[in-house]
Amino acid sequence: MYILTLALKSILNRRSTVLLTIVSLALSVMLLLGVERLRADMRESFANTLSGTDLVVGARSGSVQLLLYSVFRIGNPTNNVSWESYQDIRSHKLVAWTVPLSLGDSHRGFRVLGTTPDYFRHYRYGGGEALQIGRGRVFDDLYDAVIGADVARELGYEVGQQIVLAHGAGDVSFVQHDDKPFRVVGILERTGTPVDRTVHVSLSAIEAIHLGWDSGAPVPGRQAGAARIAGQDLEPKSITAVLVGLKSRIAAFRVQRFINEYREEPLLAVLPGVALQELWDTLGIARQALLAISALVVLVGISGMTTTILTGLNERRREMAVLRSVGARPWHIFVLIVGESGVVMLIASVLGVGALYAVQWIAHPLIQSAFGLSLPVHALSAHEWKLLAAALTAGLLVGLVPAYRAYRYSLADGMTIRI
Amino acid sequence: MERGKHAIEIENLRFQWRQGVPVLDLPRLCIGRGESVFIKGASGSGKSTLLSLLGGVLLPQAGTVSVLGQRLDELGSTRRDAFRAEHIGFIFQMFNLIPYLSVLENVLLPCRFSSRRRQRIAQQGLQPEDEAVRLLEHLDLPAMLLHRSVTELSVGQQQRVAAARALIGSPELVIADEPTSALDADRCGSFLRLLLKESASRDSTVVFVSHDARLEGYFSRSVDLTGINRAALEG
Ligand SMILES: Nc1ncnc2c1ncn2[C@@H]1O[C@H](COP(=O)(O)OP(=O)(O)OP(=O)(O)O)[C@@H](O)[C@H]1O
Ligand SMILES: [Mg+2]
Repeated sequence: MYILTLALKSILNRRSTVLLTIVSLALSVMLLLGVERLRADMRESFANTLSGTDLVVGARSGSVQLLLYSVFRIGNPTNNVSWESYQDIRSHKLVAWTVPLSLGDSHRGFRVLGTTPDYFRHYRYGGGEALQIGRGRVFDDLYDAVIGADVARELGYEVGQQIVLAHGAGDVSFVQHDDKPFRVVGILERTGTPVDRTVHVSLSAIEAIHLGWDSGAPVPGRQAGAARIAGQDLEPKSITAVLVGLKSRIAAFRVQRFINEYREEPLLAVLPGVALQELWDTLGIARQALLAISALVVLVGISGMTTTILTGLNERRREMAVLRSVGARPWHIFVLIVGESGVVMLIASVLGVGALYAVQWIAHPLIQSAFGLSLPVHALSAHEWKLLAAALTAGLLVGLVPAYRAYRYSLADGMTIRI
Repeated sequence: MERGKHAIEIENLRFQWRQGVPVLDLPRLCIGRGESVFIKGASGSGKSTLLSLLGGVLLPQAGTVSVLGQRLDELGSTRRDAFRAEHIGFIFQMFNLIPYLSVLENVLLPCRFSSRRRQRIAQQGLQPEDEAVRLLEHLDLPAMLLHRSVTELSVGQQQRVAAARALIGSPELVIADEPTSALDADRCGSFLRLLLKESASRDSTVVFVSHDARLEGYFSRSVDLTGINRAALEG
């Protein structure tokens, strides 16, 4: 329709003023879609992080906290699970398998996980996929390490690389276990879970590097050199958490009760699905508030656009009268002004989506390293399309106001131009 | 559209903007097809109002206005809009052009809104663009201006673009409201000659209003609005 071409040309003619409107609208659209995308992907990523595990066990604290440090590698446990308790859980008659987890060290910002080779057998993510060793093999010697895909990619590590672990989980750690270097023996395929950002070593290795340490610091003269350790008993005294698989899922509540009522020390067993849901729900209000705020930001942008069009209308009465004199009907004038809102919204939406992808592309690795969440870049989801359509519709609806005003002007003015 | 040899026929027209203040009261005014008529009148005498009535933008409170044999009051506002787009070309005093369109695009505007004007061009075996170029050439506008922005033109050039736009698609009636008031005497003369020559070659009727009585020599007939307007005589 020619009148829309006119709207476009008119906008191009005033591009310097319209540009600001477009940029603010594009940013608001990006915000809206970004919040929605974060919500959907977080949910997906949450649900996909752990599957096939029936119970997660740790020292007694909150179930969300337990899930955060054991599965998402966020934060630190307040307490440990003693090795004896672990043995009791392991030997429970309804338990099929257990995987001990020991956290607390790091390597250049990546968490180090002490575990057993069972981890690679039983850990499941997504729809039940198992971990795959891309290159190399599972650790088997004391100072072997298996690294996640992101660790390998970001640090440029290959099989055979020597690495030194640091004590503590911070990005910058001053206490290095540099007397006992590790060797990368395996690199895992990408999973899109926190596993990608983890350095896996054996439980005994964790024990070995802390030998001769008291309460988190090396005691001078008592540190054990790598050579001295070989013959020592490296059975850990405690671990951080346990993943438990049951012979039958129906038994989950019985085993959970057994662990929660365990006498020797206060323990907590959670059903991962329930805890994930709980974690998700704690974020619910924040999520909705964010979505509401971003929707409001879009509305603010739209009303800004409408104000600009309305204030410009008076100056354009001559233009509208000229159009009427060359045969444009009042509804053409109406479409011209609605079309302007539409064109601006459309350009802003396209730019907003583009900006969303640009930001996501940049922020994806940062979010993954900070929160252990994988937010993959993907095409617009149905829900995102709906939000986009809603924003466009809102823009067009609000754009009806100046269009109606222009329509009335053009009926009143006809072709006589008076300002 | 064939009935009536008059391009314009006004009977007992009365119009007032405000109650009790009649602006126009014309017993009769006829303009034949192909005529070029100069309507003079002082400022505020109702010339522009009369042209709005001829264009069907306004309707009289009493009496009738017929254009090309069609009584305008018998048409609804939508059909009046369409009628105007098909049969009448307008030129105004100044700022006739859409600032964000090029010279060529401005001239082509009526063709976008009127199929009849497109058809007329097609009947000559031409494209609207060809016709626009030809018109601009006849009106002495250099071809190099075609794709320029109209804001780069002189006022005289702008008025000639407006004239080309009024004439494109050969509308039966061309209505001009003081299009020369911003031009100096020389350019005013050449503008009128070009406009009238071009409209004569298309058999278009021209109604031209101005308060500048010196221009009447260019036209086939001159009408003094003040002389025939009873509202002015009373006031
Ligand atoms: N839209 C309007 N609303 C109210 N009154 C109007 C309107 N347009 C014109 N008038 C009045 O009608 C009268 C005639 O105005 P009009 O514009 O037709 O005069 P004109 O002869 O074209 O004058 P000029 O030579 O200055 O253009 C004037 O008294 C004017 O005040
Ligand atoms: Mg006037």
